[in-house]
Amino acid sequence: MSMEFIQYGLGRWVHIMAGVMWIGLLYYFNFVQVDALKKAAADNPPTGAGITKHVAPRALFFFRWAAVVTVLMGAMMLGDKIGLALLFRERAYIPIGIGAWLGLIMLFNVWVLIWPNQKKILGFTPATDEEKNKARRVAFLASRTNTMLSMPMLFFMVASGGIFRRAIFGG
Amino acid sequence: MKNPLDSLWGTVISGLVLTVVLYFLARSMMGA
Repeated sequence: MSMEFIQYGLGRWVHIMAGVMWIGLLYYFNFVQVDALKKAAADNPPTGAGITKHVAPRALFFFRWAAVVTVLMGAMMLGDKIGLALLFRERAYIPIGIGAWLGLIMLFNVWVLIWPNQKKILGFTPATDEEKNKARRVAFLASRTNTMLSMPMLFFMVASGGIFRRAIFGG
Repeated sequence: MKNPLDSLWGTVISGLVLTVVLYFLARSMMGA
């Protein structure tokens, strides 16, 4: 098995599988779980405990580690061109550079804003009610920000290679 | 002013607007 096969063949395959899991779970949180938990909290008695106890922690586990795998595989595919992409040093690497920056900002949001605050919300780390309320707001806005950023991120990912880049950005 | 990210549709519309803005930014950076 050549290094090229691993870098581009396996790398791209795993990058997309992990990316589907990451963004799929992000969309699950934003399009499904947030609203479902709001409605469950309004039930009498509240019915969201099962989601909070059994679904959210499992979803968050795959969500945050899929984010890491996605970014690592992306970095592996860029290889020694990573500097050209992130610093926008070559025309052909500008679209993937923008996509990569969006992905890196999203990874930062996952590990620095969403996960530490979710740990407080779910009771994995001790927090007062006031701290939990603040954590809820920060985690929610970071998650919504990632949903917003996922749209241009995916656009630049699919628009960055070969015939797609030429079709979208010209020769 | 209400934060557009508080609503799901506000989030999706913000994502679309950001995509269009970044597309034209990329085009201009690429000299297209």
